[in-house]
Amino acid sequence: MTATLPTAVGAPLARLEGPEKVTGTAKYAAEYRTGEVAYGWVVQSPVPRGRLNAVLADPAADTLAVLWHGNAPRLKSGDDPELDVLQSDRISYRGQAVALVVAGTLEAARRAAQELRLDITTEEHDALLRTDHPGLYTPERVNPAFPAETSSGDVDTALAAAAVAVDVTYRTPALHNNPMEPHATIARWQDGDLELHDSNQHPSGVAATVGALFGLPPERVHVITEHVGGGFGSKGTARPNAVLAALGAKVVGRPVKVVLPRQAMFSMVGHRTPTIQRIRLGAEPDGTLTAIDHQATEQTSRLFEFAEQTTVVTRHMYAAPNRRTGHRLARLDMPTPRWMRAPGEAPGMVGLECALDELAERLGIDPIELRVRNEPAVEPETGVPFTSRHYVECLRAGAERFGWAGRDPRPRQRRDGDWWIGTGMAGATYPTMAQPSTARVRALADGAFEVAIGATDLGTGARTILTQIAADALAVPVERIRIRIGDSTLPKASVAGGSSGSASWGWAVTGACRELRASGRDEATFDSSELVQHQEKDGRHAFGAHFAEVRVDAVTGEVRVSRLFGMFAAGRILNPRTARSQLLGGMIMGMGMALHEEGVLDPAMGEWVNHDLAEYHIPVHADVEDIDAAWLDEHDDRINPMGSKGIGEIGIVGSPAAIVNAVWHATGIRVRDLPVRLDKLLSLLP
Amino acid sequence: MRLTVNDVEHDLDLDPRTTLLDALREHLDLTGAKKGCDHGQCGACTVLLDGRRVNSCLVLVIAQQDARVTTIEGLGTAEEPHPLQRGFLDHDGFQCGYCTPGQICSAAGMLDEVERGWPSAVTAGDDPDLLSDPEIRERMSGNLCRCGAYPNMVPAIRQAAGR
Repeated sequence: MTATLPTAVGAPLARLEGPEKVTGTAKYAAEYRTGEVAYGWVVQSPVPRGRLNAVLADPAADTLAVLWHGNAPRLKSGDDPELDVLQSDRISYRGQAVALVVAGTLEAARRAAQELRLDITTEEHDALLRTDHPGLYTPERVNPAFPAETSSGDVDTALAAAAVAVDVTYRTPALHNNPMEPHATIARWQDGDLELHDSNQHPSGVAATVGALFGLPPERVHVITEHVGGGFGSKGTARPNAVLAALGAKVVGRPVKVVLPRQAMFSMVGHRTPTIQRIRLGAEPDGTLTAIDHQATEQTSRLFEFAEQTTVVTRHMYAAPNRRTGHRLARLDMPTPRWMRAPGEAPGMVGLECALDELAERLGIDPIELRVRNEPAVEPETGVPFTSRHYVECLRAGAERFGWAGRDPRPRQRRDGDWWIGTGMAGATYPTMAQPSTARVRALADGAFEVAIGATDLGTGARTILTQIAADALAVPVERIRIRIGDSTLPKASVAGGSSGSASWGWAVTGACRELRASGRDEATFDSSELVQHQEKDGRHAFGAHFAEVRVDAVTGEVRVSRLFGMFAAGRILNPRTARSQLLGGMIMGMGMALHEEGVLDPAMGEWVNHDLAEYHIPVHADVEDIDAAWLDEHDDRINPMGSKGIGEIGIVGSPAAIVNAVWHATGIRVRDLPVRLDKLLSLLP
Repeated sequence: MRLTVNDVEHDLDLDPRTTLLDALREHLDLTGAKKGCDHGQCGACTVLLDGRRVNSCLVLVIAQQDARVTTIEGLGTAEEPHPLQRGFLDHDGFQCGYCTPGQICSAAGMLDEVERGWPSAVTAGDDPDLLSDPEIRERMSGNLCRCGAYPNMVPAIRQAAGR
């Protein structure tokens, strides 16, 4: 008999919940039958700043309750002011929840909400981010806990002395997560305990947060999150819908369902801050960087400080003896920005990678070669080694696959009929993280194993991948694993965010399975906290490179991405089938960032005027032509037991810059204000 | 009100403002059709109305009492999937799954339109291939997917069409 090695990890196992999803039987938060449910409709502030004096409801309206700060049950204040809903007369942004109408039918609730009269004292507001905003300040930390500023060497002197220097400002707009499933909650109180069917990325976190607001310990709040229709960061923590549903249910004594209308998702659940990034690069004639300076101006709300870590990525990418990064924030009368897929890295790499493309042009050096010449041996700012870094290999292998060799570096050289054609590239990176989690495994009487962890699957493939990890750790076929996730009563797992799910949860699952085998008992629980907290401090990052070919219509300025290719080095790929899908999805969202997506601000109204899916454009089928992703066989046994680096976000990092750089190569036009809309090209096209 | 869904006739007592989507989801427990925008902008609620694809959020039940509605639940089951459902499984044509029932219903309606020879905005030439990849992409562009599963849906639909 031959001993067989574990092989589940690395196999292209199909998603376990696939049959339910394609037949419409997978249940999302708003789809559970919970007895005689009532419907809550959120009323949002029509002004960006002011005080709500009174809410006047039609006494004849067919409602069960109209809640506002004048009559809503009092909440205990938590650490997220966005969740202190209906507690104060203060209006901090347009779109903030100011009332909840509860009725027996959806139609009645919606109608009564439309009829509600709000007595509001409006105040002067300030909604426009600008680099000369008088209130700009440097936050103490940027998300999640990085220093806001770093500096080493003498940047100003090095820039003044540089043989070639670039000083450019790139702008990225407000971006909106827009998962296809709206934020939704069904809340039910039973004997003082709270049950929430809620769409979120972190059931145990939501249980703890919402529980605290109602004075309940987490174990008395049961959060069920079996299937989640995407989140992209916007469901990372509890959102107002969960609190509103719980408040409504408490008052009317029935389960209450609150589903946010799509329009409300542009203001109430977070978004990516607009950024204004000034990047200055200094280089020797041979391309060696002598100085890098990356400064970001961005916004937060009056309610809550969220400081996106836009320039942190520059601390890890390229070598240079003189370097500086920083962030400044303006507090505006606007909704609170939050996590959106690769907060920091996604906008930050637009600035850095587009500026490098401009430097390559000035130097007359191939953009790939310029990056290779500035490859650091250790982390440039901290001096610690990387656990693994195969950026140059991604650049080389990606260039080979894409067919970069022989590219004419001059812009506006290729024309096919009405189309200008160009190619561009950009680097990609994302930190490799893990967070403490706990998993439990039980040997069942029928020879199967139940693996339980309070993780969530937002479409990432987590359910499937954890099954593969458990199968290998127990040395059994995947068919003998029964995975349970999506429930706050299961062992506590970290948030599905920061591309850390597989690493964090897989670490706990591996530990529990190993412990079960070692102990010989029929149940084992493993908490990874100690191991995770005592990781070595070496630099842990995934890397990649994006390559784009675009064509730009010489008559209309329309931009089409005819080819998009990403090459990644992200440790061990746990499931090539779901991994490829996730990487492509990130790249497509990056295409949206480059060409389509922007919250268009009306500063006079303090509002993004295009707050629906007809006017906020995301890529559609017709936008996605030839696209592919591949990866290097990277081994890194120093990061976690699986050797996996996380792939949820790296796809959106760098892909926008590759497209913007390709637009320049096609047309000779540098658009430094994303997205690259046709009107920004049209007047400059020859 | 009378409503016929997946060959089953229902007698419902509904608010006259009730949309087909809300009737399916809130009154018949047919939650396969999804509410993504409620404004006909995303396609997640797509069902077949007398065989043609529609955004069910834009249809009032009261106006459809003689119609035949087919939802994702009526197309196939996990045990006996419709060829489109099979194709989406085989090609990993989804991630979060929320737009998926709408994509599949839309593709079913789309394939019927192609069968009838209906052109699309990209159809050109004397003997056009109405199921080329650009045609499939154009014809499916009313169904948004935020996960970006588009590249896998195109071969899934091609497979279901026997191509």
